[in-house]
Amino acid sequence: MRIDCKHVWEYISAYIDGEVDAELRAHIDKHLETCEICSAVLDSTRNVVVLVADGRVFELPAGFSQRLHERIDQELKAETG
Amino acid sequence: MNLSNPEFEAECIQRILAGEKQLFHELIRPCERSIFFLLLSLLGNETDAEDAAQETVIKVYLNLRLFRGESQFKTWVLSIARNEGLGRLRKVNSRREDSLDAETDETTGDYTPAILTSWREIPLEELERKELGEILRAAIDSLPAIYRNVVLLRDIEEMDVRETAQALRITEGAVKVRLHRARALLQKSLAPKLKGFVPKRKGLFGWGL
Repeated sequence: MRIDCKHVWEYISAYIDGEVDAELRAHIDKHLETCEICSAVLDSTRNVVVLVADGRVFELPAGFSQRLHERIDQELKAETG
Repeated sequence: MNLSNPEFEAECIQRILAGEKQLFHELIRPCERSIFFLLLSLLGNETDAEDAAQETVIKVYLNLRLFRGESQFKTWVLSIARNEGLGRLRKVNSRREDSLDAETDETTGDYTPAILTSWREIPLEELERKELGEILRAAIDSLPAIYRNVVLLRDIEEMDVRETAQALRITEGAVKVRLHRARALLQKSLAPKLKGFVPKRKGLFGWGL
């Protein structure tokens, strides 16, 4: 089976998550060996996934947790009182 | 982050219901981030998301005895957050919510990725973190809601496919399709912007010559 670029793009997300079967993975790997475009697309998509997962990029607003727990305390007190 | 501990949760819940109410702080702490970001993805601004997060947590507390342990605690909490978010959307505007609930997706269709052969060579540490954060958040904000939710839970909160499907009440297949689509859209929108950060080193890596 020969696969083309569009076919590879279709499976990029599953490929990154390790969710393609061994046979398809082998075909994709083979394609990637010779296709600079697809390997760059794969790398940039993987970069996106890594960047998005970086917890330091997505921070809770300052004081969020403190305000949340104060609210919980209010509720707990109201309930008791 | 996926540090759920069913035994700790079950014991905690039992003790809270038996009167050790202060333990609720510890029970909910590992879910805070996910609650906030799920609501941020639904509501689109931090103020509303924080307000809805507080309401969610109070609802979790008040309904704690209804948790049956059939799903993970966090998944249950996030479905309450999701309901809270959707309820607010319904109230605030008549924005079509059906698209959020839709079980079916349009076909994945063809997409053309951004072909930028040099982007992968960006030394990430050279990006200003703040600026990078703004670019990423803007890109995620601009995704259609059904994709944004999935990215948020899968890639930001690192929940697995099953948990994400349960929290959003969609099928696991839909989670995978939406995630793929979302990542493709992000790649397409982010690659050109992030390329602007590349120092003038064209050709160094054998690309673009």
